[in-house]
Amino acid sequence: MKSLKESLIRWRRRPWIWSFLGAILIWVLAVGLAGGHGGWSVFTTALAFSAFTVLVGLGQMFVITLGPGNIDLSLPANIGLASAVAMKVMDGSDARIAIGLGAAILAGLLIGLANYALIRVLRIPPLIATLSSSFVIRSVGISYGRGLQIKPPQAFADVVLTRIGGISLPALLVLLMSIFAGVVLARTVYGRSVLAVGQNARAARLAGLPVGLVRLATYALCGALGGLCGALLAGFTGGSSLDVGAEYLLTSIAVVVIGGTSVAGGLANVPGLWGAALMLFLTATLLNSSGLGVDVRDLMTGLIIIAVITLAGGRRSLR
Amino acid sequence: MNAVVKSGPSKLWTDQNRRFDPRRLFRSALPGLSLLIVLAAIYDFNPRAISYFGFNLMLNLAVPVALATAAQLCIIAVSDLDLSIGAYVGFIACVTTTWLPTTPLLGTAAILASIVAYGALGALVHWRQLPSIVVTLGMSFVWLGLALFVRPQPGGLSPVWLSTFMGLHVPYVPFPIVAAVVLAIVLHLVLMNTAFGAVLRGAGGNATAVGRSGWSLLRIKATAYAMAGVLGSLAGLSLVGVSSSADANMANGYTLLSIAGAILGGAEFIGGRISPIGAVMGALTLQLATVALNFFQLPEVFPGFRIPPEWQVGAQGIILIVILAIRALINRGEA
Amino acid sequence: MDRGIIDLSEVTKSFGAVHALRGVDLTIRSGEALGLVGHNGAGKSTLMHILTGTVAPTAGIISADQNQRPDYDVNIAKMLGIRCVFQELSLCPNLTVAENTCITHRPLSGLGWRKRAGKLIIGKLDEIFPGHGIMPGAIVSDLSIGRRQMVEIARAFTKTDIIPRLIILDEPTSSLDPSTSQQLLSFMRRFVSEGGATIFISHLLQEILDYCDRIVVMRDGRVVADDIATEFGRSKLITTMGGAAGGHQVSSPESARSASSTGNLRVRYRAKTQPTGIELSVHAGEIVGLAGLAGHGQSLSLIEIFEAAGGRPGRIEVNGQVALVAGDRQTDGIFPLWSIADNITVRSLTALTRGALISQQRAGELAKSWKERIGIRTPDLDNNILSLSGGNQQKALFARAFGSNAETILMDDPMRGVDIGTKLDVYRLIEHEAEQGRCFLWYTTEMDELAYCHKIYIFRNRQIVAQLSQDELTEERVIHSSFQEAV
Repeated sequence: MKSLKESLIRWRRRPWIWSFLGAILIWVLAVGLAGGHGGWSVFTTALAFSAFTVLVGLGQMFVITLGPGNIDLSLPANIGLASAVAMKVMDGSDARIAIGLGAAILAGLLIGLANYALIRVLRIPPLIATLSSSFVIRSVGISYGRGLQIKPPQAFADVVLTRIGGISLPALLVLLMSIFAGVVLARTVYGRSVLAVGQNARAARLAGLPVGLVRLATYALCGALGGLCGALLAGFTGGSSLDVGAEYLLTSIAVVVIGGTSVAGGLANVPGLWGAALMLFLTATLLNSSGLGVDVRDLMTGLIIIAVITLAGGRRSLR
Repeated sequence: MNAVVKSGPSKLWTDQNRRFDPRRLFRSALPGLSLLIVLAAIYDFNPRAISYFGFNLMLNLAVPVALATAAQLCIIAVSDLDLSIGAYVGFIACVTTTWLPTTPLLGTAAILASIVAYGALGALVHWRQLPSIVVTLGMSFVWLGLALFVRPQPGGLSPVWLSTFMGLHVPYVPFPIVAAVVLAIVLHLVLMNTAFGAVLRGAGGNATAVGRSGWSLLRIKATAYAMAGVLGSLAGLSLVGVSSSADANMANGYTLLSIAGAILGGAEFIGGRISPIGAVMGALTLQLATVALNFFQLPEVFPGFRIPPEWQVGAQGIILIVILAIRALINRGEA
Repeated sequence: MDRGIIDLSEVTKSFGAVHALRGVDLTIRSGEALGLVGHNGAGKSTLMHILTGTVAPTAGIISADQNQRPDYDVNIAKMLGIRCVFQELSLCPNLTVAENTCITHRPLSGLGWRKRAGKLIIGKLDEIFPGHGIMPGAIVSDLSIGRRQMVEIARAFTKTDIIPRLIILDEPTSSLDPSTSQQLLSFMRRFVSEGGATIFISHLLQEILDYCDRIVVMRDGRVVADDIATEFGRSKLITTMGGAAGGHQVSSPESARSASSTGNLRVRYRAKTQPTGIELSVHAGEIVGLAGLAGHGQSLSLIEIFEAAGGRPGRIEVNGQVALVAGDRQTDGIFPLWSIADNITVRSLTALTRGALISQQRAGELAKSWKERIGIRTPDLDNNILSLSGGNQQKALFARAFGSNAETILMDDPMRGVDIGTKLDVYRLIEHEAEQGRCFLWYTTEMDELAYCHKIYIFRNRQIVAQLSQDELTEERVIHSSFQEAV
């Protein structure tokens, strides 16, 4: 009896389990619907697409973990601009791939810094700061890219589309980055500071942690990850596009919330990002293959988020 | 315009030493001032625009925007934010064009049910102490999904009575201005002039004190959200009346516009500080600014300087940032 | 024979191991102004919360109008016309004066409510504070603190459906200027002469002596004196608050007497509102106490010193590293999602890194060694911090500061609600650490703790008003300085 209770408590401490269970359930349904065929390819495809969701989800997770009110709504615009920057700088030349990647990450980083500057200088909620900056970024993106779709260098597209044992290279990269992010959160001064600030910013300041610097670094990190995602997506989809990031507005937040990260801050969950991203992608696949449209998908995603956050409860308001 | 006058001497004079405070005056005048600046700019580019016909044309989308801003204001009054208002307006527009002309009963029921859902959402946010922005962000996708379900393809029909109403020709004063003034007055009366409105805003300012005086915070939140639902529905209806067709994504931009309008009108993000008249003026200003940006594009008007079309979206963001920067400056000076 | 509005009999209240009230008998009658005095922790505020129904007594009987009310709560208190002006403002800052009045008066609705609410509150303001200059349409946040306090006071005296009968005024004059204070006190006399009752709490003893009919002195959760005001004088009040009569010497440990201001200067501080006069200084190896009534600027000065660390010396000079032990654990100290070990090591993260990573082993060792030195009672340091009792949580916060590299440790009344066992453990450690050269700046509301300090600064109205050496320390002297001199 006691061991049952204990194991229940232990399960409650690992909320990411649920997102994985959900993902598996939907995977079984999807494969079942297809007559039991193609289970592996459904999985690897889901993995390949989820990699991008998790990549931006990581950034969003760090930001949300900073505590009530912290959120980055500029990610979609950021991704769009970064994809254009990457493609333009690479200019179709294999030799310039590294510079292009660097430029995209730098663009994202600068956006993150600008976001934090707005929050800090204007003393406005991050929600409004990142929302209004996203509009400006969008315009920068349009005028910079001139609406042209620039193709990625062949080698870059090849690398991004490479699969090793069926698993795409970006997925492996993001998997490594996830592990790295997990270590950063648990074992570095910066990661611990993020968690501390998220639980109680005042207590963190009184414990001698540099709260402002931690916030600055986190918004910059989130921006940089968005930039990297934009560059990789441009390679993955065969060219830059400003709308490539549009769907990541909700999904980046959805995977964080569904994955068991606390919206009240101070509690991050890296594995949950993967479970949630896979679950969302597989749900879309399942709905598509059963002939249901984008309407049901949107409805479902919205309802899942509200259900998860209602069940998880918010001790404190995010605002 | 009249907000400055209405707020009376108590606002324009600091209490401490009863000396005239220019900062305070400037802050209360900001919504009216920005409206005037935009109008002046438009006049500069095309004097003929400042006319009965011109206003009818320029402001024809202002009514739905003002209504959506009013909806947002109800949520801001209780210190929350609504990120779903744009999607909701789009959903109501889809319902209006799809069901209202043919099956009015179903259409009306759907709209009433959505208003109840809005109220229930407010209750949920209070009951579980949820962050309003995540919940409403999720809801925005729910409304979008429902809108796509009701109307997968753009199009539809506007009910005749609605188009007739929105196309009303009032003598001397253009209809959108009449509608905006009526909205501002009604909103001001309900939120600022009733005891109920005071309690509602009180809950945004110091919820503990209001709760301690025996008011149900759950009911207050549910009411505020339901009011937003009503105003959002009116926004959807009027949008259809103007554009006479619908598309699920047609009002997505209203989310930012409504927040920007309310803030430009003098509302604070937290603390239940709102100004209904200012908010309506803010909405008009933003609408006119969008129109003005269109004027800027015409090369013959101002060949040397023009805002490229790709900067129209960015201009909205810049306007919002500039407004917030001005406000931050004023507030810093005061502190 | 006594027509009491409310009558407390043998009322006790405990918060865990802490006994806030140890059996209080008190009757409040119509037509009297009751003065209530007592030093920090005497139980005044708990008593007020019991009277307003926001806190239920652990044991004892509450009677209202000669009827026992075992179900006494906020609503009954409200119906009885018992109201309290709390020290922390309970006005909505975004509303106008009139609107704030309507929030506490439900009958103020319907047509013309604003006018009626405005009339009601302004009428009362005119009555209490003639020439107040407050307009009913003024937004509360635009008013000065003093004027907000005036609105709050006037609102408590307004009448719609329920007649106000007992008004509790908790330090109402603290943010009023002398002439408005005078107005309030005169009004209080009028209110009382018309059959109302007031309980008046103030650190200005002369106000109490001059304007109250009866004075109740509390100490350690008990009423130690209850008599008509003319029986008291200033010195008698102070001795009664302090306990035993005469020059009561606080017995202090041997170590505290060997004061040593010879070490390096660690902290020099002058209060912001104090242009000249006493400056606070702390040297290595010293334990310095901050005393005075709660909320008179002690915590504020600690925070200022904490923030000034690492900056250029000016009004405040801080040399070396500083750590702070929070007194309000929930808001200032604890990270509720973390384990005990994580809560202890958070101040020392940089010191615990090996390469880029925090060494788990070294963090574990640090937490373990301090768990043993300070005696945190837990089977496992990896348990959540909230699994500990309040006292042990506080020990974890001490361990966080003591385990850090800080030479100066600021303590913000850290023993609030802590059991005596924990206290003794911590006192021992503080003395030991001071001998090793650390210095302590210790704000405390408990007289016994001042005995551990080499010197003591007493705060009043955000200024340092007195400095005592260990030899000069008596309870009477502290109370004397904490309560203002006769004007």
